[in-house]
Amino acid sequence: MSTQTVRERAPRPISTALYRHPKGRLASLLTLPMVWLVGVYILSLAIMLITAFWTTDPFTSRVKPGFTLENFTQLITVPAYAMTALRTLGIALAVTLICALFSIPLAVFMSQVAGPKLRAVLAILVTLPLWAGYLVKIIGMRLVWTENGFFNWALEPLGIHGPGLGVLTVIFTLVYLWFPYMAIPVYSAISQIPANLFDASSDLGARGFRTIRTVVTPLLLPSLIAGSVFTFSLSLGDFIAAMYVGGSTQMIGSIIAQNINLNPPLAAAFSFVPIVLVIAYLAAVRRTGALNNL
Amino acid sequence: MNKKMLAVPLAMAAALGLALTGCASGDGGASVSDDGTLKIDVPEVPMIEELGDFENEVNILAWSGFVEPAWADQFTADTGCTVNRKIFATSDEAVQLMRTGEYDLVSASGDASLRLIVDGNVQPLNTELIPNFGDDIVSGMKGQLYDTLNGNVYGIPIGRGANILEYNSEVVTDEPTSWDVVWEADSPYAGKIAAYDSPIYIADAAIYLMHHEPDLGIENPYALDQEQLAAATDLLKQQNEMVSEYWSPATNVTSFTGGNSVVGTSWEVLRKATQDEKFKSVLPQEGSTGWSDAWMLAAESESPNCAYAWMDYTSQPDVNGAIAMNFGMAPANAAFCEMSDEAKEHCDYYNATDEEYFEQVWFWTTPIDQCLDGRTDIQCTNYQDWTNAWATVKG
Repeated sequence: MSTQTVRERAPRPISTALYRHPKGRLASLLTLPMVWLVGVYILSLAIMLITAFWTTDPFTSRVKPGFTLENFTQLITVPAYAMTALRTLGIALAVTLICALFSIPLAVFMSQVAGPKLRAVLAILVTLPLWAGYLVKIIGMRLVWTENGFFNWALEPLGIHGPGLGVLTVIFTLVYLWFPYMAIPVYSAISQIPANLFDASSDLGARGFRTIRTVVTPLLLPSLIAGSVFTFSLSLGDFIAAMYVGGSTQMIGSIIAQNINLNPPLAAAFSFVPIVLVIAYLAAVRRTGALNNL
Repeated sequence: MNKKMLAVPLAMAAALGLALTGCASGDGGASVSDDGTLKIDVPEVPMIEELGDFENEVNILAWSGFVEPAWADQFTADTGCTVNRKIFATSDEAVQLMRTGEYDLVSASGDASLRLIVDGNVQPLNTELIPNFGDDIVSGMKGQLYDTLNGNVYGIPIGRGANILEYNSEVVTDEPTSWDVVWEADSPYAGKIAAYDSPIYIADAAIYLMHHEPDLGIENPYALDQEQLAAATDLLKQQNEMVSEYWSPATNVTSFTGGNSVVGTSWEVLRKATQDEKFKSVLPQEGSTGWSDAWMLAAESESPNCAYAWMDYTSQPDVNGAIAMNFGMAPANAAFCEMSDEAKEHCDYYNATDEEYFEQVWFWTTPIDQCLDGRTDIQCTNYQDWTNAWATVKG
């Protein structure tokens, strides 16, 4: 090592200091994300959740600090609220199930059967909806599902009439919206499965479905769960779909949106419902051990 | 997640809660005066006595279509006040935004104005400083409960309209004369009925009950006691089974043109937006709800001089008419109707000067604990109660 290089290194006080102080190194790495995480993310979430225990002035709709469990009592005791929570849960589960059912065969086909060109085309098709705005997609769904819309027009010769605006259309719309979030992780998981596992499976006498059940599915579970966290939690919180294609369907998000200006504490209390459901879901998933590989 | 991780945000949350408790406060309420007339306690906010120099800008919170370059640019050229516009979608949103203190003016509808006045968000107006607020303002828009309180004027009228019954004349071949087509369980249009998506729609049910179940004793659709609110809620629940869609301004037009709805409440401006003559409108015999909008000035406005100038400017017949034509409503300034044939046609279409027409219209008003119909022996339901009831309708 020449003296010149030593002289060149000497006037670098920052890197020297960081080298000598591992804690300083850690701090400089983490300060920015932690400020964001704590200051912006957790703090605002906490402020929002605290209001759930506050009250609202009935006349002016102004929030008044205090402590009451009234908002939570209402969640459970008002049948309409409980029904809405259950309906939303059902919709979210249905959306997740349908997304999973579609994405597994599609991903298997893309990674094992399709050639490189077809695979690229399919990948583009799956992610295509992500290129459009959320509202544009929902309004598009609204237009094709109305009475005079595309589906009723196309199905008319077959004597089939679409479901119109309602719960079913909300499910279709949410599947359309969140499908890429399920399909992409599932596809990337499948494409990482070594081809020789399939060969081994078939050498041992397993046919297609048995291979999917005993080899592919266990390897897919982590990505299915990752995808389902997206589809499930995004569906729980959505209200725009209910507004545009739900007809008279009310979801948790609709009640929050309705109350966000008029009764923020009730809206905040309602926002606990998806949080609790997602935590319960993650806890259930964790017990299966599927999160260990994530 | 372990308990330690939870403890940090919880402790922070608790500390924050304490901090907020210390600095937030809220007051406001209504009281009944001794003689039984409606008197509502409002915070003392001083009125401006005289105007000063124009500020550089004015921040206006407005319904879509109320502030457009077509007339705002002229105002800026005249006064030097730059107009900053923020659009809101619902009255509830307007109230919330107004309380941020960032806006000077708001185009408040009747269901927002009482809340703003009682919470001290807006200030009384000195009408002498608004020369255009004169004799030409239609009589039905002066001195209404939702913008005049305890003798003080809080709002400068912009325009008004009725929530009409819109129908698809290809399906509904006989012009409906009653709201029964949207309320009665045996309606031939069940499954194709559009209803307005807001707690204030409860008043529409109350108006129907007012005529068809007089035993309930409803005198004013915005003054419902517990029992009357329950009856209206039941009627709405009955309707829920037949509703094709609860509409907002964003979904109303495609609900009718898409064929999902063939009859239901609507606004004249939305009916026109279908651009299809088969969609017709009628004001049924029971009358209807409606809206009446007025400019209101923030209590702590930073640009009161520009704001006063704007209120005066938009009260001119031509500007007021331009807003009314753009939005599709009856203008507040009747002088506009005499300005041209086009203006006359517009005023006739929207019944601008027809007070008999608007006597059938119950303009949106915030329901409050104190009965607006003058009953003093009973407490009425407030807007919070309505909001809760509304969620049970759609449950």
